[in-house]
Amino acid sequence: MAEKLIGTDIAPPDLIAKITGRARYSEDFRPDNMVFAKLLLSPMPHCRVRGVDATRALAMEGVIGILRAEEVPSREGPREACLTDEPHYEGEPVLAIAAITEEIAADAIEAIDVDFEPLPFVLDPLDSLRPGGPTAYTDGNRFARAPDAEQGDGPVWSDFKWTEADFAEIDAGRMPSDAVAISNWDKGDVDAAFAEADLILEEEIVHQSVTHHPMEPRTNMAYWENGKLFAHVSTQSAQRTKAAVAGAVGIDQEDVVLIAPYCGGGFGSKIAGTTPMQIPAIFSRKINRPVMLRITRYEENYVGRARPGFQAWVKMGFRSDGKCIGIDLFIVEEGGAYGSGDNGTAGAIADLIYTPENMRFRAVSMYTNTPPKAAQRGPGGAQIVSMLEPILAKAGRELEVDALQMRLINAPDPDVAFGPRGSTLTSVHAKEALEQGAELFDWAGKQALSGRREGTKVTGIGVALSPYTAGSRGFDGLMVIRPDGKLYVHQGIGNLGTHSISDTARPAAEILGLNWDQVEIVWGDSSRGMPRSSVQAGSQTMHAHTRANHAAATDAARKIRQIAAQSLGGSPGDYVLDNGRVFRRGGGAGMSFAQVAERAIQMGGEYDGHELPDDIHRETVPAATMLAGEGLMGVAKDNYGGRGGVYTFVAGFAQVELDVETGVVDIKEFVGVTDCGTVVHPRSLGAQLFGGCIQGMGMAMTQKWVYDPKYGVAFANRLYTARPPGFLDIPLNMKWAAVGIADPQTPVGAKGIGEPPVGAGAAALTTAIADAMGTCLCRTPLTPDIILSELEGRDPAFGRLDQHVG
Amino acid sequence: MGDAESVGLLEKKYSRRSFIKGVIAVGATASSTGYLLGGAQALGAQMPGATERLITLNINGQDRRVDVLPHETLAMTLRYRLNMTGTKFGCDRAECGACTVLVDGVNHYGCSMLTHQVRGRAVTTIEGLENPDTGELSIVQQAVLEQGGFQCAFCAPGFIMSMEAMIRVNPNPTREEAAHALSGNLCRCADYDKILTCAMRAAELARSV
Repeated sequence: MAEKLIGTDIAPPDLIAKITGRARYSEDFRPDNMVFAKLLLSPMPHCRVRGVDATRALAMEGVIGILRAEEVPSREGPREACLTDEPHYEGEPVLAIAAITEEIAADAIEAIDVDFEPLPFVLDPLDSLRPGGPTAYTDGNRFARAPDAEQGDGPVWSDFKWTEADFAEIDAGRMPSDAVAISNWDKGDVDAAFAEADLILEEEIVHQSVTHHPMEPRTNMAYWENGKLFAHVSTQSAQRTKAAVAGAVGIDQEDVVLIAPYCGGGFGSKIAGTTPMQIPAIFSRKINRPVMLRITRYEENYVGRARPGFQAWVKMGFRSDGKCIGIDLFIVEEGGAYGSGDNGTAGAIADLIYTPENMRFRAVSMYTNTPPKAAQRGPGGAQIVSMLEPILAKAGRELEVDALQMRLINAPDPDVAFGPRGSTLTSVHAKEALEQGAELFDWAGKQALSGRREGTKVTGIGVALSPYTAGSRGFDGLMVIRPDGKLYVHQGIGNLGTHSISDTARPAAEILGLNWDQVEIVWGDSSRGMPRSSVQAGSQTMHAHTRANHAAATDAARKIRQIAAQSLGGSPGDYVLDNGRVFRRGGGAGMSFAQVAERAIQMGGEYDGHELPDDIHRETVPAATMLAGEGLMGVAKDNYGGRGGVYTFVAGFAQVELDVETGVVDIKEFVGVTDCGTVVHPRSLGAQLFGGCIQGMGMAMTQKWVYDPKYGVAFANRLYTARPPGFLDIPLNMKWAAVGIADPQTPVGAKGIGEPPVGAGAAALTTAIADAMGTCLCRTPLTPDIILSELEGRDPAFGRLDQHVG
Repeated sequence: MGDAESVGLLEKKYSRRSFIKGVIAVGATASSTGYLLGGAQALGAQMPGATERLITLNINGQDRRVDVLPHETLAMTLRYRLNMTGTKFGCDRAECGACTVLVDGVNHYGCSMLTHQVRGRAVTTIEGLENPDTGELSIVQQAVLEQGGFQCAFCAPGFIMSMEAMIRVNPNPTREEAAHALSGNLCRCADYDKILTCAMRAAELARSV
């Protein structure tokens, strides 16, 4: 019998390359004649370029050329171009210089005289809502279709403002709960729920913006050859990035060769590539030489992306048994220079984890002159979970209901319907995750530790539940069994370190009865053939591509059996596949896969990919056509279907020690348990779970943006000023487990894991700190000064609703 | 302060020159010094040549003659002159450890050492860990492979070099000691638990040799 692959630890096939330095990321390629581009970044949060004098720069020895904003694609409205003459955030690229060395390029940038006209700017979305307050764009702060727009009218600029009365509230540190929103939905009767409630809690919330800061900055290199663009992109995805590059440069996607075998992390900031990837592509076409754009950490801080911050207000009503019966949530979101929409997911997830019968959701997202915002691991969900879970625990303290009991009574059941459209889910085992986690953490035993003081240290314990979307459907699988007898699984997803590039191929090997060493993964280079794939984001790939590869392998298995029956007699159903062979059940004649591949090539037609299924995506066709005739082809669309959203849940448990004299928090223990369906790769799952939770801990504790309010420039602009967690910031004895109940609507049973751990790590910490403090502080990061001012009853050094402060 | 005044200050504070200096300070400046020899020569011609440029470095047990600018960092020399791209730039400024190499067996940030500082010293990079005759992985690499270490792995070369240094100094660490030994390296995927398991396994293998 071929080995069992699902549920076992197998190192990914690229690991040797990664640990020997042979793995090549975008900055590691060196084509002949390569030159370096360097960017001129805006020194101001909002300004206009009145004039550029590059005479001295262009006269320097070694300088090859300049690329200006008018040479790159741009669109009307608040839409990002890779270079601009009206920067909307400090650090936005204005122009690029290419030179034979990076240092000459940098010197040339310094020799350019730019006349910048400073323009009004806004950092805090509330300031943009204030009557007479500044707006991030010269023409307003809202770009939308007018209420009285005729059909065919596009969006227009307008000014969206709150009232003086609203700001009297804000100036007193309260969010105006009846201010006008841009997005809203509701269900049930939230006012009636509050009238019935035994306990009502109201809190102001401030969640900071957090930079993604993947280890590899978004460095890109590109060149043109025979009319084709060779793009070396740091990207989370692959096949979908190819289309994004083509669209940005204005060419057919078949004229792009995307080379992205490795990606040094993205966390949502490099989903289908990045904006700066356009610069080497366009510049290299202009100067006809390969262009490397190395992004430094300092530049990454600006042109990389950030999670949007929230300033919010929430009112939650509870019954005396702890059940939440009503939520009124109002979110103001910091949209950055080009907008963001995390708030919608935040509202839906609040509904999902507290299951109130009654909810009102309202939100406003405002453009600000801060670096662009993007999805960051658990976008919207991570913020709202880490802010609301301490309120749940606080309600438990007031109602004298145990925090775990509070969590369980409010957790969703499999029949949950949530959000503005009453969404349903394929599988929900949140309560099992909470119960399993409570046991692993010894929640009952740890009750005695809650609030215990030893010297200056007080212990707190916390529990949190974090869900997020974890799957999608309908993509294609493509694979070939070649005459060497091996299965080549062509992956169109990216390789950003989640190991899904190989783990999603395991079902194919199992269906075809192959051992893992009989399988080759083909990835990272679009010229080798990539099927239409999901973007490598939103925790989709484990679900989406175990399905797609399952479908394609099933197609291959059918063809193998048909070939065997034709060659050896009997009917296809008589044949079994095992260990690289197809043979008659109960013994008898058989063929090796190598022979089957040869036979498939001879037979042609659908067997070797000369005829393709009608329902595969048009973007799969060129790849499959290119591979036709090379062996037996398995190619199919995922038609397994399904009803409802695919969500994974993570329950997080933390124990902390808070030093009440210094405000420093020490994380002593952490447990994470997930409901993510069938476990495909246990060790990698644990790593994703811990990694996400630790990223959440960094969000809860240390990472932030700080701006000079006078000039609008960032003070926190490197790793050390907004530090992600290192080895000394985390507990060394973290534990994880998985519920392991298969999702019934997908053939392999697996759901994704990337997103939900972030909220679980952050929220377990915010609840544990709240437990140690005996109150809750709905503000992150929970730095020592913020904790101390709360403990000592002092006003902090900034307004309660202020963003971007030290 | 009036608007016009603050705008004036803003322009003064962020003149092109001072701004760009800030951007390219240390790392970027040094790192941009010549991927091509022609570039380095062009640049060198502008400098009064006080420092010898053509020097011999001992990298992974081999002597390499290399043309190096006085302000060039070791990480830059490795990546852009010797084409040894295993050593990564994560931050250019001693914040992340992705560029960690061994100098006389001690782990150092390659972005924060001048290449001239390592003349006459033995430099080991990630490319030099395998046995040159047999291709066998080093003990640390074997441990990482066995334990499935790292996710995106952009930090991996740096961490592995720090592990190599650790097992030389302390082949019998506790998990806390190993975490301290590796605390100069950052993993943004936060695969710390598995990295620590790899380090402990590497130490165990080192003790059994």
